[in-house]
Amino acid sequence: MSSPEILFGIYCPPHPQPLLSPEASEGYGRLRDAFETCRKRIEDSEADLILVYSTTWPSIIGHQIQSHPEPEWVHVDDDFHYLGSMPYKFKMDTEFAEKFRESAESRGLQSRTVSYDGFPIDTGSIVALKLLNPDNKIPACIVSSNMYANRAETIVLGKSARDAIGTQGRKAVVVVVSSLSNRMFTEHIDPAEDRIHSAKDDEWNKKILEFFGEGRLEDLSQLSREIHGQIRVQKVVAYKPAWWMSATMGQHNNYTGEVLAYEALHGSGGAVVVLTPSEGSVGDKEFDEDDVEHYHGDRGVLDTGAL
Amino acid sequence: MAKGEIVLGCLAPHPPHVVYAENPEQNEAFAEGGWETLRWGYNRLARKLKSIDYDAMVIFTPHWQTYIGTHFLGLPKFKSKSVDPVFPNLFRFNYDISVDVELAEKMCEVAGESGIVTKMMRNPDFRIDYGTITSCHMLNPEWDKPLVTISSNRNAHYYSPEVMNEQASALGEACARAVEESGKKVVLISSHSLSHRHFVTESPLPEDMSREHIYNHSQYVWDMKLVELMRGGKMREVIDIMPEFTEQTIAETEAGGLTWMMAAMGYPEYPAEIYGYQSVIGTGNLIAAWDPIEATREIVL
Repeated sequence: MSSPEILFGIYCPPHPQPLLSPEASEGYGRLRDAFETCRKRIEDSEADLILVYSTTWPSIIGHQIQSHPEPEWVHVDDDFHYLGSMPYKFKMDTEFAEKFRESAESRGLQSRTVSYDGFPIDTGSIVALKLLNPDNKIPACIVSSNMYANRAETIVLGKSARDAIGTQGRKAVVVVVSSLSNRMFTEHIDPAEDRIHSAKDDEWNKKILEFFGEGRLEDLSQLSREIHGQIRVQKVVAYKPAWWMSATMGQHNNYTGEVLAYEALHGSGGAVVVLTPSEGSVGDKEFDEDDVEHYHGDRGVLDTGAL
Repeated sequence: MAKGEIVLGCLAPHPPHVVYAENPEQNEAFAEGGWETLRWGYNRLARKLKSIDYDAMVIFTPHWQTYIGTHFLGLPKFKSKSVDPVFPNLFRFNYDISVDVELAEKMCEVAGESGIVTKMMRNPDFRIDYGTITSCHMLNPEWDKPLVTISSNRNAHYYSPEVMNEQASALGEACARAVEESGKKVVLISSHSLSHRHFVTESPLPEDMSREHIYNHSQYVWDMKLVELMRGGKMREVIDIMPEFTEQTIAETEAGGLTWMMAAMGYPEYPAEIYGYQSVIGTGNLIAAWDPIEATREIVL
């Protein structure tokens, strides 16, 4: 297996406003511009794969990987349906999807590809792919976020992705679709008056973006549990995107980080960030949580602890 | 105009497995059966519904999740295909449904007057969630009654199960007033499992019943506690312990459906009709109904 070639990583928000209503606020417009910058970067690169990890595609049966060669539908968001419909037709790298599944299974994960006409691709993946790869110049792959998965499983999933990229000799751009703080306003608002829901969310977002800007992705991965407790609405067990992104990109801090935009999206924190592998590192940390190579499943403490 | 009324309330879980196992012509997947305890319970409740005079089904669904208020379907027809994002191997259902827009608008209006954030959903491309389709298909496979679908505002995520209980109660009371003012006879449907911890693996043949069991005994004990209270007509108590039940069993009651329905029905003090309980991929699923008319109320199981 050759060393995986990951050209750069993008962290971007899942909300549909940058796609459907960029003119509704200056902030949405700046996010749209940042997506546009990323689109050009991808087109100017030698990428032959866009690999998307989407926090708005939850799965239960392990980790699902989209493998329909040309998924096509007209999607409507559950909350923001009044902003309009999102017709899409994407080009998927089915060969890579199968290899990714194999890699995941070889590391002990439950995984399956999904290839069904009409499968509901999630809002976040649609927004990312329509803005980053509007003409389907580069084939893509999307992987779900298992709602029960925690750190070990998510890190192993990232390593599986890395295995597959290396084995297939792909030149990949890694895209993580996730908010920073994810608390939205619970009322309808004037988009022109959009702001981050609270000062605390804003302060945490800015601290995270400081790390991103310094290329400290592995440090963010190590901070995931703290981030989850501080600024994430508790929909799932953990804040996983940094775990997956860091594991996929090599678990280090050696990146040139660029925060292209940071804006409110109905109160949540939306940022477009680019991380490009570079020389050098910020810090020389020791972390006290185990690295993990293979997923062994739940440990069954109820059984082993029984008298 | 005579006052409208709620003629039946149904707890109707929506694992897509039960539709899959029924092999209706609308679903693309094929099964060799499975989950008969639930399906036969559903079949019996569907027969009871045939004997009841009603105008519309009003369903509260956990799989239309909204964070900005409560939304209502607001167009008269929706025709498309619903594919379950979690179990696409089981559920790819071609639907053609009618909506009672007048009733939906009334509920939206009355809920709004009560201070609840609301929105009508009028995008014709909107796809109906599999929770709505599964529960409604199993209760009325002929699809000959219009629906009102209500989204689940995720207060439990944003605040706590206690806040969810308060908000869902307020919504239920508002919907009950809207039903009265509408002059219509409606069936309420609360679409969800009880305990809701899933296995994260699936057997090669999903309908292999030798593999099906509750996720763990704790979930089962909690589920049975609720069944016992329902049999005893203690729905106020069920709703009072709902926050703890929801947290302890990761229950799908977190969406607020049962609280909404019980509030709308005035927290019944009469026994629920129990139609069946069975696990589906580890989750606990109960089919039950609340019949306000004593003469037609049955002891089913």
